Amino acid sequence: MSCLRSLEYWVKKMADKKGFVENLWKNNPVLVQILGICSVLAVTNDLINTSIMAIGLVFVTGLSSLTVSFLRNRTPRNVRMIIQVLIIASYVVMVDTFLKAYLPDVSRALGPYVGLIITNCIIMGRAEAYAQSHGPMDSFIDGVSSGIGYGLVILMIAFVRELLGFGSIYGVRLLPETSTTWTIMIMPPSAFFVMALIIWIARTPFNKKPGKR
Amino acid sequence: MGVGLNPFVIMIAAALTSNMILSNFLGMCSFIAVSRDLKTANGLGLAVTFVLTFTSVLNHFVYYYVLVPLGLEYLRFIVFIVVIAAFVQLLEMVIDRFSPALYISLGIFLPLITVNCAILGGVLFMIIRDYSAMQGLLFGFGSGAGWWLAIIALAAIRGRLREKDIPPQLNGTGITLIIIGIMAMAFIGFSGMVPVR
Repeated sequence: MSCLRSLEYWVKKMADKKGFVENLWKNNPVLVQILGICSVLAVTNDLINTSIMAIGLVFVTGLSSLTVSFLRNRTPRNVRMIIQVLIIASYVVMVDTFLKAYLPDVSRALGPYVGLIITNCIIMGRAEAYAQSHGPMDSFIDGVSSGIGYGLVILMIAFVRELLGFGSIYGVRLLPETSTTWTIMIMPPSAFFVMALIIWIARTPFNKKPGKR
Repeated sequence: MGVGLNPFVIMIAAALTSNMILSNFLGMCSFIAVSRDLKTANGLGLAVTFVLTFTSVLNHFVYYYVLVPLGLEYLRFIVFIVVIAAFVQLLEMVIDRFSPALYISLGIFLPLITVNCAILGGVLFMIIRDYSAMQGLLFGFGSGAGWWLAIIALAAIRGRLREKDIPPQLNGTGITLIIIGIMAMAFIGFSGMVPVR
């Protein structure tokens, strides 16, 4: 019960900081800020791998924002970038070690892409733009919500790609056997197309200012 | 995985059949942000190729002669990123000292490169595939060259698109992603040219 109440407290606290919801959709790091669309796209043809990647990413963004914020008054300005990178890298090492120990198959399938979380611009971007100048708790919430916003987008891409490419969701076959699977959806180009479509849809209702070319 | 393969085959494969950006999605951020203008794209491509070639070899030695004997393989992410950052910093100072002209054209891209996924990604691929130092060198060069080729092509296409009538919501990143997708499809045509991926 107390667990529930504390959860409720957290949800309310997060809702108060309207940044949480904003980071999920209106200010989504991928769709609006066009950050960090690197590497993670590579694993989006399979929902299971994508989910694990998303969870790892939320873990790293949240905790590295928290740590950067804790240390923000102690880090000299001119070396802060390298310190941020080291903090992020340490958390990525944890994720990688965890995957190797408990989910060796997934770890093999993800290959170098777990390590590449380090260079994902979202994490650095949030650390630099937010955690550097805000308190630890706010930074943590900001990091987690950015991570979740990012995770939602790659899950959407993975959903479309796995459904059309393999006819399944989380490995469970949904489309009838007679339906033709789209080989292109398993191959790299489709990630770009699906991503472009999602950006198109996301920008339509808000009538956002058109991007610069 | 890569043991015994001809390094030149690896180089061609890295540049064309398994292009860094178009089939491995490495280096997307700067790929989209910096491809607005052909000249800047060219400068970044050159810088990426240069850094990737040298950091591949450098990290190869660091990994096999320092980390493996000490049993510290799990620290490789941290060590690689530090090596890359240090190399880029050093390069920046050397270029600044010896060639101000080159510094002006290349210098602004160097800080961007430390966090370019293509560099770390190239190094990690090299380690995972067990390449030798020679294979690593040519793999790094090939990957960089492939990235360079792709960003020049993209910048040229985007230059052409400037006057076209594109739906406003798709403008910018959306249309760029579609172009990259079509380029990736074109590069699939290279697969089967060399027998490795």
